[in-house]
Amino acid sequence: MLTLANLIALLPLIVVGTTAVVIMLGVAWQRNHGLTAVLSAAGLVLALICVPVAATALSSPPLMIMDDLAVMGSVLVLLCALVTVALSHHYLTGYIGPREEFYLLLMCAVTGALGLVASNHLATLFISLELLSMPLYGMLAYSFRAERSLEAGIKYLILSAAATAFLLFGMALIYARTGRLDLASLAGLATSFDVWTLAGAVLMLVGLGFKLSIIPFHLWTPDVYQGGPAPATIFLATVSKLAVFVLLLRLVMVAPVFDSNWLRTLVTVLALLTMLGGNLLALFQSNLKRLLGYSSIAHFGYLMVAIVVGGTLAVETVGVYLITYLVTTLAAFGVVTQLSSPFRGEDAAGLHHYRGLFWRRPWLAAVMTVSFLSLAGIPLTAGFIGKFYVLALGVSESRWWLVGGIVAGSAIGLFYYLRVMVTLYLPEPGMRRRDATNDWGSRIGGLTLLVVAVLILVLGVYPTPMIDWVAGLSTLPR
Amino acid sequence: MILVWLILIPFLGGLLCWQAERWGDQAPRWIALGTMLFVLVISVVVWLTDDVSLPVAGGGQWMLEWRAPWIPRFGIEIHLAMDGLSLILVALTGFLGALAVLCSWHEIAHRVGFFHLNLLFILGGVVGVFLALDLFLFFLFWEMMLVPMYFLIALWGHSGSAGQTRIRAATRFFIYTQASGLLMLVSIVALVFVHLSNTGELSFSYDTLRGTDIPDALAPWLMLGFFVAFAVKLPVVPFHGWLPDAHAQAPTAGSVDLAGILLKTAAYGILRFALPLFPEESQAFAPVAMTLGLVGVIYGAVLACGQQDIKRLIAYTSISHMGFVLIALYSGSELAIQGAIVLMVAHALSSAGLFILSGQLYERIHTRDMRMMGGLWGRIPVLPGFTVCFVAASLGMPATANFVGEFMILFGTFPGAPVVVVIASAGLVLAAIYSLLLMQRVHFGSEYRPGPLAGPDVREYGMLLVLLVLTLVVGLYPQPLLDTTAAVAAPVSQLFTDSADLAARAGEVN
Repeated sequence: MLTLANLIALLPLIVVGTTAVVIMLGVAWQRNHGLTAVLSAAGLVLALICVPVAATALSSPPLMIMDDLAVMGSVLVLLCALVTVALSHHYLTGYIGPREEFYLLLMCAVTGALGLVASNHLATLFISLELLSMPLYGMLAYSFRAERSLEAGIKYLILSAAATAFLLFGMALIYARTGRLDLASLAGLATSFDVWTLAGAVLMLVGLGFKLSIIPFHLWTPDVYQGGPAPATIFLATVSKLAVFVLLLRLVMVAPVFDSNWLRTLVTVLALLTMLGGNLLALFQSNLKRLLGYSSIAHFGYLMVAIVVGGTLAVETVGVYLITYLVTTLAAFGVVTQLSSPFRGEDAAGLHHYRGLFWRRPWLAAVMTVSFLSLAGIPLTAGFIGKFYVLALGVSESRWWLVGGIVAGSAIGLFYYLRVMVTLYLPEPGMRRRDATNDWGSRIGGLTLLVVAVLILVLGVYPTPMIDWVAGLSTLPR
Repeated sequence: MILVWLILIPFLGGLLCWQAERWGDQAPRWIALGTMLFVLVISVVVWLTDDVSLPVAGGGQWMLEWRAPWIPRFGIEIHLAMDGLSLILVALTGFLGALAVLCSWHEIAHRVGFFHLNLLFILGGVVGVFLALDLFLFFLFWEMMLVPMYFLIALWGHSGSAGQTRIRAATRFFIYTQASGLLMLVSIVALVFVHLSNTGELSFSYDTLRGTDIPDALAPWLMLGFFVAFAVKLPVVPFHGWLPDAHAQAPTAGSVDLAGILLKTAAYGILRFALPLFPEESQAFAPVAMTLGLVGVIYGAVLACGQQDIKRLIAYTSISHMGFVLIALYSGSELAIQGAIVLMVAHALSSAGLFILSGQLYERIHTRDMRMMGGLWGRIPVLPGFTVCFVAASLGMPATANFVGEFMILFGTFPGAPVVVVIASAGLVLAAIYSLLLMQRVHFGSEYRPGPLAGPDVREYGMLLVLLVLTLVVGLYPQPLLDTTAAVAAPVSQLFTDSADLAARAGEVN
């Protein structure tokens, strides 16, 4: 039975879900793009305010848990969604078809993400994951008149469905062995495992690995990143990955089956493959969105170190690294969105669009430079703090292979990050390229972008508040 | 607080330069010049007012110190400190920084504000490296100076052929240094965690970590992590691939900074961090390091003889000279270490002089290829004379600072490693050969093209004259410099004797 305390714990989820319903009704009654955007933002802010309230709820609702990890995940999900909404508005003003449904899809996906970070049961896990993925198909194929966008949506749909099948099969195997679906009872499993439990765990890992685009399950990433409209790509790169990763961390922390030596070795190999492969594949990309896609693969490779190691410091590392990754990715994609706003067919993502950006849009180029420095993990940016954490984690547990992989991956990564960065400063070619509108800096999306960029620098120079916040929330999941 | 300002002034000046571009091209130049002279003046004032030659007793190692908590979660502090060595190097940074601004006065004609932003950010980072005592902070500055240097080479470099090569050179420079820097970061973190498991205290402080008892299996690797980072920057021979290209493509100001200051950060790092943190391992590693230094001396000199590009030639001579410095640092003799410091200063002055000269030649004849020079002695007034002087300094002619440095290095190393000294002396002969080759090809021989060229103006004349005077002053009366750094060299050589004693005693026990 749901009690009042349960409902309070679910408050952020309820608020976001209600907002989605309200938007739907609003669209049915009268279309208004600006109002819809404001409504979604208001819903997200309200949900954000509800998170501390939810965290103090006395009891968790059945199948869900509102622990520290879930609080951290919810806050990050809501903040990223807020930035996405801010950036979407300007982008969609140029879109010819209906614009309001994008926000509807977005809010549904956010609901799924919120459920995912708090799920404590394989059933809620599955439902939330689908609730997160389904709207994403629509969002990626939103500008369906563009061939690439449609391709992205369908590609993601098919591969995501395959991943879901793996995930379900894995769950079924585990259920067949244990007869239970809640994570708490998985935690109670004996520490010696038979082949079936292990197979189930591996299949679940594969399913989640698809969503996180861990190599060798990464094949969809570049095409989908390239094809989807910029705001949808932002959402995919931030909220979706973040929620799935938090869930994966929870699984690994709670269930000892994910902690067996054999599986650890497997994850280590996957992590090494991912960080090196992602960076290598990104080397010669000439489309910025593809390049960022590969770069995000590499970054999740670094993050996998935390999955291998485990422990309190690992939770803290995940928190800090996710925050630094999120602000960085938001800034990088934000610039792409600004340059492609308002919507005019395919996004301005070719590297040639960015040649000489500094000499016509110095502030946008500065934001881009800061975000790429952060992606490369150069000191004084947030990315460095994240990289420092991952290295410290690897070193503290003497995982020298992984540490070596991070060093090698970063060195390779520099090559393409620098390539993009220097392009921004090269002399501008004569012909007129696509450009941001002149008033980008005074629009809400542009202002948000500047705030995010400043945040990258602030977190890099003075990370103590962030570290304190994350460390406070880094108790192990119960 | 004065230490914080030493670091902040270049950064603030850089931002000001960027914004000052709207008032015209001259404004950023004057602001940058003023900023660097300000840094120079501050360090000279500190030098004059504080007694730097105080004996090292207990905690009295630092003339000036400033600390504030930064990231308490990991025990990271903003900890700055200055002793004689940092003082000399900061002053050198201020001086060469001002020269770098001056020598690009006419060379850099577009995006002047952004250029000076990058230039001053490099110098600010370098000052930070020389002052930081917290290992995290040190690494931060170490990496931070790469980004502006990258832009300096990639955006204002000489486009050699097809315009792509300068970006390639800049990228190579960046990847070499950044990747090796990450190895150092891994070593730093590992050191910190070893200290944590020994004492339960999480700290990145230099003083705290110095006495860490590292497991025998781990210690050599950690030492290597530091060594590789410094070896890339110095550069030591197998890691030198980035240097000639970076020098050849960089603008004059970039070359002056690279040769004059950036290479010195590596020697400083070895002296300040690699040796004191790992005394026993360094002692065990000394033969290898000295051999590498020896290889560098000979290899750099031989390759310098075969270069056609005047800036590449000077770049290879840098490798050769830094080989001497490496030999000296690992010899463990106080005299040799002091010699290394003198040679660092001397090399900064002489190589800056040579790079400025080649920059001035480039402004006149628009080539750096020595095959297209020749016979310049009759065509340009004054400059060839200066070239002779700096070439003489570079080959270690007595009365120049380089002579003092090299002599002290060879003299101090001889008791410990006579064979190394004997072979390294051959490097001096090679130095004479490449120096004379440079003179011969550029200024003598048949004229490649007839017609007189403009002589130096007051700015160019002044820069070279000041450099020359300083070279001679240090060469003729090095005592003030030696007094200032004596307090640094003594404890490092003490480390070597201590750990040798320990090893000997351990041998007796066994």
